[in-house]
Amino acid sequence: MPGISREEVAHLAKLARLELKDEELDHFAGQLDDIIGAVAAVSEVADDADVPPTSHPLPLTNVMRPDEVRESLTPQQALSGAPAQEQQRFKVPQILGEE
Amino acid sequence: MTVTELVSYDEALASYDPVMGLEVHVELGTRTKMFCGCSTELGAEANSQVCPTCLGLPGALPVVNKAGVESAIRIGLALNCRIADWCRFARKNYFYPDMPKNFQTSQYDEPIAFDGYLDVQLEDGEVFRVEIERAHMEEDTGKSTHVGGATGRIHGASHSLLDYNRAGIPLIEIVTKPIVGAGERAPEVAKAYVAELRELIKALGVSEARMEMGQMRCDVNLSLRPRGTEKFGTRSETKNVNSLRSVERAARFEIQRHAAVLSSGGTIIQETRHFHEDDGSTTSGRVKEEAEDYRYFPEPDLVPVAPSREWVEELRGTLPELPRVRRMRLREEWGISEHEMQSVLNAGAVDPIVATVDAGAPADQARKWWMGELARRANEDGVELTALPITPEQVARICALVAEGSLNDKLARQTIEGVLAGEGGPDEVVEKRGLKIVSDEGALGTAVDEAIAGNPDIAEKVRGGKIQAAGALVGAVMKATRGQADAARAREMILEKLGVEG
Ligand SMILES: [Zn+2]
Repeated sequence: MPGISREEVAHLAKLARLELKDEELDHFAGQLDDIIGAVAAVSEVADDADVPPTSHPLPLTNVMRPDEVRESLTPQQALSGAPAQEQQRFKVPQILGEE
Repeated sequence: MTVTELVSYDEALASYDPVMGLEVHVELGTRTKMFCGCSTELGAEANSQVCPTCLGLPGALPVVNKAGVESAIRIGLALNCRIADWCRFARKNYFYPDMPKNFQTSQYDEPIAFDGYLDVQLEDGEVFRVEIERAHMEEDTGKSTHVGGATGRIHGASHSLLDYNRAGIPLIEIVTKPIVGAGERAPEVAKAYVAELRELIKALGVSEARMEMGQMRCDVNLSLRPRGTEKFGTRSETKNVNSLRSVERAARFEIQRHAAVLSSGGTIIQETRHFHEDDGSTTSGRVKEEAEDYRYFPEPDLVPVAPSREWVEELRGTLPELPRVRRMRLREEWGISEHEMQSVLNAGAVDPIVATVDAGAPADQARKWWMGELARRANEDGVELTALPITPEQVARICALVAEGSLNDKLARQTIEGVLAGEGGPDEVVEKRGLKIVSDEGALGTAVDEAIAGNPDIAEKVRGGKIQAAGALVGAVMKATRGQADAARAREMILEKLGVEG
């Protein structure tokens, strides 16, 4: 029986950098468990019908573009939405905390 | 930081058997990025080659670069891989500022190429087969500069600056199967594999594969198991080992370090390690995240790549002669030993010699100059042979001047010196420096007369039948003409004038 535990939800939240309160964890763990159960029910039917899982709604393959340069943004445009910048680069907070 | 006392290499190998896995990332030389049309040209100003797609702005959609897929298939074919008839891209999710999308577009369980091998040749000629697990397509990350720390390193930095020009440049990651059975030669096999792979990539023309520029980067995974056992030990992953020599050193160091930990009763932790060029050691990095923590899932914004068999065969038709096969052919054509060929390869002289031969020089002459004078100069200047300011055509011209008797070896060396100094092509240097062999009868005759007059004792000996003594007179002629005389002709004239038969 597929499902998801409260611990797994907490772990995923951590990986996704989401801060969840205890009651939110309870809430989402229950909801996600229901969703996974629903998807599993679909999978069961699809399995019987021998339908391969799909990752794209359209039956397309090999959509490619030629290796030709297209105009990029200017550095000013690229940085226009950056919360902070320095030396024409995106400025980000300290990556590693003190350990 | 704990310092591990290393066990000697021989001692380590006496008790343990190394198992290696090598992961090599090759940055493709396509004009544009893997999923957008931004230029990949090096040296552009920061954040000038970025667009909504490679910046991961909302709503931007990726489209696959056909040249990137072609290169991946050709690499796969050259590595004797099977090519998937249907495969997808996947999102590898992680939070790190070098990827503005917060995921890297990669391939997960459906690589474009898989199950291949590459035969590599060791220094003594032994051929070792390295099996290839897979080669898959992905994209490079942006470049971080860490500010505020003492050494420009991430530790102690107050903040970091990101340039995303490199983010999205196509990468092919080539992963070996566990390399077993190499024993004490494991470090050598690792180096030979990366060297051979680099030759292959260059021959395919898909990348310049310059390791010093990060166009090819190697991770060395290594574990030890007690001799005679089957089960693999826990591995360490040494990241970004970026020269052939370092690949060998990193493998060697890790063998000694693992052996030290294991034989003192400790356990190896699965972790990434950093390699240090200065002393060849590795230090602990982060403890490896589990693969499932990347939460891979099929990239919904890209459709599957399904290379038709016709296309794959067409690409197979574009494969060049493989480097090892080519080297075997050249070795036979040039009539040299395995060992000599290895030296030529190590010196990076294969292509220059081939080009010089193509320009009309005999192979032995071409090899002599590239492996002698020119290799010495490149070494002194600390540059690659091909970076010297002399062309194979110019070397061939010098060979021709020697063959026709206009230059001897000494003068040829001076001519090379002139070309390297930017004085012009060989003919121009010979002309400007006045290097042509003196063989016109008048000038040579005068020099011969002077040599005889200046050395009456020796001349007398020669007259008396001691023909070997003529060598000293030839030497005098050469000295007087500053080495520019045709020595053979000078000897003839000396004997003639002294009335003896040569
Ligand atoms: Zn872009």
